[in-house]
Amino acid sequence: MTINLSHFSAAVVFALFASVVFGITQRNSTMEQVKYGLYCFALFVGGVFVAGWVMALIRR
Amino acid sequence: MAKPTTDKTKDKSKNTVSEPEYPLTTMAVVAPIVGWLIPGGGHILLKRYGRGILLLVSVVAMFLIGLGMQGRIYKPNGGDILDILGFVGDVGSGALYFLARIMDWGNVMAANAAADYGKTFLIVAGLLNFIAAADAHHIALGKKP
Repeated sequence: MTINLSHFSAAVVFALFASVVFGITQRNSTMEQVKYGLYCFALFVGGVFVAGWVMALIRR
Repeated sequence: MAKPTTDKTKDKSKNTVSEPEYPLTTMAVVAPIVGWLIPGGGHILLKRYGRGILLLVSVVAMFLIGLGMQGRIYKPNGGDILDILGFVGDVGSGALYFLARIMDWGNVMAANAAADYGKTFLIVAGLLNFIAAADAHHIALGKKP
């Protein structure tokens, strides 16, 4: 079986699973875990957009 | 000339704040080992079923997606230092790594960008599982609820 993911979709899938693990392992209460997981996910995906724009501007 | 007779151990005992002690129990040793072999298994063993299942799904999904993207599984005798680091990451997936080696999955060289992402997925799945196993250890010790 071969999975074909674009760069962006691979980054989002990566961010999702990594954020779940970070949220569970780095915080104690359930609410804190959810908040931290969402925070990590936002940072991952936000980082993808920032890096994408930086590379696009460098390419010009 | 006589040495000054200041007793440093006394000074230390005055300044140290008493921290709670966490005795090493059998479960604190078994849980991370089970958690390493079976992602999320340490948490499930400690009756944190929700967390354990989420960890299991996350690590297994990352590992399978990595394999599906034609990611490479590193071997211990890669020779190159980066290959050894890749092996350390991969072996974090525990039983999944050994299963992949037995079934000869991931025995490919990265030929395109997707395969390179797949390799990264495989390594990160293992590293995340190491974090999860350490978390199981902390829960078993009582440092974390």
